[in-house]
Amino acid sequence: MERFDFVELKIPAEAEYVGVVRLTMSGIANRMGFSYEDIEDLKVAVSEAITNAVTHAYEETGQGEITVGFGIYDDRLEIMIADRGNSFNMQKVREEIGPYEPDEPIETLREGGFGLFLIEALMDEVQINNNYGVIVLMKKYLSEKEVDFDGDQVSTTQ
Amino acid sequence: MNLTVNVVEENEKSVLNVSGEIDAYTAPKLKESLLPLTKKENNKVEVNLEKVTYMDSTGLGVFVSALKSTKENNSTLTLLNLQDRVFRIFKITGLDEVITIRAAIRGGNE
Repeated sequence: MERFDFVELKIPAEAEYVGVVRLTMSGIANRMGFSYEDIEDLKVAVSEAITNAVTHAYEETGQGEITVGFGIYDDRLEIMIADRGNSFNMQKVREEIGPYEPDEPIETLREGGFGLFLIEALMDEVQINNNYGVIVLMKKYLSEKEVDFDGDQVSTTQ
Repeated sequence: MNLTVNVVEENEKSVLNVSGEIDAYTAPKLKESLLPLTKKENNKVEVNLEKVTYMDSTGLGVFVSALKSTKENNSTLTLLNLQDRVFRIFKITGLDEVITIRAAIRGGNE
């Protein structure tokens, strides 16, 4: 079996802990040798996933716990973010994500809902399991080239 | 992991200087300071993001709602001095085409 180290964090489902996970995230990614740009991408992706869990999963009870697991492999980092709160309607979420269109009228611009879009843009692989609570599994490979899903939309970092 | 915000009021112009990290925890504070400025008629609202070292989609949400509010009140919103990493989030989401963004600091970092 492929060897890996595993680090796990359990945090209250509250916004003030998003930054704590971000710090842990940069510590692990830095130790693994990710570039400055990749570390910044990882910080955003992890924060988005936790923000989703904090805002949607527990909106009814207002309390809960989020588990964050980091699988540290030779060639990649796997991050798992799990909550046991309410599941969300995946199909509905998928329909709502995507970049802005320049000709969209300002009145109809969305004020939220780009979290998942950013996660998918910044990570190499993303899986979402939505049966009991929500589990987001995302991977980023070391020395992978910058995400470039549309040449003129994402500027590769100089 | 904190955010500090201060407002400089001039003639028909408000400058909001922001420093720190904008995330789910700090975005409400930003919104609280920014939204009232956008509700004044014919106001030029400028947000200086030079010292913002991190921002995610919670920040985008605040700026979209500020933009809508300025349009309703014949005001304008301009974002200034974004660091590369922060600008990238606007670019990926296409928001750089919608919000007026000026004078990115190239290669800015902490």
